[in-house]
Amino acid sequence: MFGPGIWRMKRFADSVPEIIDLQREINRLFSNVGQGATLDYPAVNVWEKDNSLVVTTELPGMDAENINISVTGATLTISGMSKADPIKEGETYLRQERELGSFQRSFQLPFQVDSKAVEAKYEKGVLKVSLPRQKEDLPKKIRINS
Amino acid sequence: MSDKDLQKTENVAVTEKIRNVKTFIPRVDIYETKEALFLIADMPGVDEATVDVELEKNILKISGRVENGKVKDYNLVLSEYDVGDYERTFTLSDEIDRDKIRATVKQGVLRLELPKAEKVKPKKIAINAA
Repeated sequence: MFGPGIWRMKRFADSVPEIIDLQREINRLFSNVGQGATLDYPAVNVWEKDNSLVVTTELPGMDAENINISVTGATLTISGMSKADPIKEGETYLRQERELGSFQRSFQLPFQVDSKAVEAKYEKGVLKVSLPRQKEDLPKKIRINS
Repeated sequence: MSDKDLQKTENVAVTEKIRNVKTFIPRVDIYETKEALFLIADMPGVDEATVDVELEKNILKISGRVENGKVKDYNLVLSEYDVGDYERTFTLSDEIDRDKIRATVKQGVLRLELPKAEKVKPKKIAINAA
């Protein structure tokens, strides 16, 4: 049933971005089945191009200096702390839905990162970290002698 | 961090947009002081130009438009969250002084100050000795 035909499907999907979105959505729906665990915070999107990765994550309302990003070899760690508005005695929260407090998350990257060239930007509450691959780690093309 | 669902919640009640984007319910904190109600909404991806606060009769609507969260020239390889617009409505009581509502946006967080109307502020009534 899952013969080679499924690969033909993939090529079709590549040409229609909406289908990729749909596929992603379905994968996500089923990826948590049976685990019952919530996703780690913060949720990230990872983007790839040639020899670099971009990690984006939504961290609304932080101060840039309260976000720590560190890269060691092929591990990226994002941590930080967000605070609630200080309220005085006698004042009450009627709703508290926002995620506040400290968080930390580490990622294993598929390559060694050139830690000096890592760039991070934080605007509109969205953090974007660019992670270029280390030059020494780039795949070498082997010439074939005839 | 609490155990509650960390994913953004989609707003299914909202009217469909012409743009093919999802609409999420922003998470809010609301607290009350003697003078005002404060509403803080997480809307990552919006700024002062793309966020809207409307008050019609006693319905307060906050909405935000987010440009697609794509990174130019890059391909998405892992996706844990979706990017979309925000919309949420609240019913206000008449206690709010509508003309003095103030709104600010900073790093994707909308902050609304809804001052209470003069007439409902607690007043101390002096009692004269008979």
